[in-house]
Amino acid sequence: MYRAEAENIIVVKDLVKKFGSFIANDHLSFEVKKGEIFGFLGANGAGKTTAIKILCGLSYPTSGSLNVGGFDIYREREKIKKNIGYMSQKFSLYDDLTVFENIRFYAGIYGLRRKVIEERASGLMEKLDMKEARDMLIRDIPLGWKQKLAFSVAIIHNPKIVFLDEPTGGVDPVTRRQFWDMIFEASREGITVFVTTHYMDEAEYCDRVSIMVDGKIAALDTPEKLKSIYGASSMNEVFLKLARIKVE
Amino acid sequence: MSAILVEHIAKHFGTVKALDDISFSVDKGELFGFIGPDGAGKTTLFRILTTLIIPDQGKATVNGLDVVKDYRKIRQDIGYMPGRFSLYSDLSVEENLNFYATVFGTTVAGNYDLIRDIYVQIEPFKKRKAGKLSGGMKQKLALCCALIHKPSVLVLDEPTTGVDAVSRLEFWEMLKRLKESGITIVVATPYMDEAGLCDRIALIQDGNIMAISTPSEVIKKYPNSLYSVKSDDIFSLLNDLRKFPDVHTVFAFGQAAHVSFKPGQSAGSSLQDYLQAKGHSGIIISPVQANIEDCFMELMIK
Ligand SMILES: Nc1ncnc2c1ncn2[C@@H]1O[C@H](COP(=O)(O)OP(=O)(O)OP(=O)(O)O)[C@@H](O)[C@H]1O
Ligand SMILES: [Mg+2]
Repeated sequence: MYRAEAENIIVVKDLVKKFGSFIANDHLSFEVKKGEIFGFLGANGAGKTTAIKILCGLSYPTSGSLNVGGFDIYREREKIKKNIGYMSQKFSLYDDLTVFENIRFYAGIYGLRRKVIEERASGLMEKLDMKEARDMLIRDIPLGWKQKLAFSVAIIHNPKIVFLDEPTGGVDPVTRRQFWDMIFEASREGITVFVTTHYMDEAEYCDRVSIMVDGKIAALDTPEKLKSIYGASSMNEVFLKLARIKVE
Repeated sequence: MSAILVEHIAKHFGTVKALDDISFSVDKGELFGFIGPDGAGKTTLFRILTTLIIPDQGKATVNGLDVVKDYRKIRQDIGYMPGRFSLYSDLSVEENLNFYATVFGTTVAGNYDLIRDIYVQIEPFKKRKAGKLSGGMKQKLALCCALIHKPSVLVLDEPTTGVDAVSRLEFWEMLKRLKESGITIVVATPYMDEAGLCDRIALIQDGNIMAISTPSEVIKKYPNSLYSVKSDDIFSLLNDLRKFPDVHTVFAFGQAAHVSFKPGQSAGSSLQDYLQAKGHSGIIISPVQANIEDCFMELMIK
């Protein structure tokens, strides 16, 4: 839930990321409030994944100041990693480990004890209706299951923030909605959700949405406000109006 | 003559039955869509059509050529965009495209018209290694590579997954033009709005085709009564609606929830009271026509 008076859990000021002379993130500045579902939209190549990797402490910015979950991105990366969850755009589970082995592996990274891991793993498989799949290899289970599992694993250590980079890409319409039920639930439990998507109906579920164009943030507000500012009836229309500088 | 004819195809991998018994045909110049959950068998079917794997049983032809016996000839005629990354990460955008053109004995310049609309979006980055493109940019390059030899049949496995909303529109306009120029297109997609743009769509599940029809037929056959319901809290709304008596399905649709009731049952006026009692505010309930996504979800959950 978005509350203007809530504390900032992410603060980004003048984030710049260059690859050689190419500027992928061009002076990004924004804040994310504790507890909100923050939609991070933009056309292909706008710079979303680049920024997310930096926020997760996986790559360094060229310049700018960033605070994630109360920690400084330059000095406290290890603390950031413990306090966030991350689901990458490419698939983030190990294909040749089983469902259970993946859960155990990730829970282990976060230092959960064996007994806790066993408990959470069986709780998880129960909840996801995946008990029969416990010993199946990840590569043999359907994409929708993988994505739900990857999400659950990303929040297995109760992080403050979870970053989801296109979690529903390629997922069928029924499973995609089940995935959003999980996002809502995590949000209710107090986890701040930072999510990218190319499904514009999903943009409507976010408390606030930012739209990046060519490395810059072109708009940031609640879906309602954005629709009224751009005279649009849906986020799809807003996106079509904003999202890309036309290449002639 | 059908551009694609498939009769009783089956394929196993070990103990897994990927395709059970698949038959269908695609007319020349048709835009034929496949939808269905992941793992339903779409990719296996596409790999058989593009001669990359051999079926256990059954027969399939492309332009009258047999996928097993005539695979060499078929490969010249067919363009395939696999769902997974098919590019050379260490080659630049330009080099990837040239490579595919050369393999088929053609040139990029010769068929540039076919790919222009999509290629212009990645052309500013043509010197960049493909491995360093964003997810959606890779998809665009892969599509260009599949098209560059001007195939008469195009097989696209979820080509727009990861592609942004603006580009998806342009992409489908391009498919329409390719179709008008006589190219036969088979495409799998997780986007139901895209399925609605196909001439016909097949729903595939557990290795079988459950239904084949035109988008308008699919919509006409929707059996339930359907309502759009809004309130100020979508998450609680979804949960509460699922507990409402006699409700059949509840799916989020952007700003509203779509709630269906089986034939003979309806929301009546009690739904309003029920939601009010649950503490909802800003309740708006209105009957709606099923859209293509409602229809396919109804077929998928059966
Ligand atoms: N290691 C790199 N070297 C050079 N350029 C890079 C590198 N990583 C990313 N880029 C470029 O930075 C830009 C932004 O890429 P990014 O992956 O952040 O986009 P995105 O917004 O996530 O797009 P998509 O929606 O397609 O996933 C692109 O032009 C991309 O090619
Ligand atoms: Mg990305």
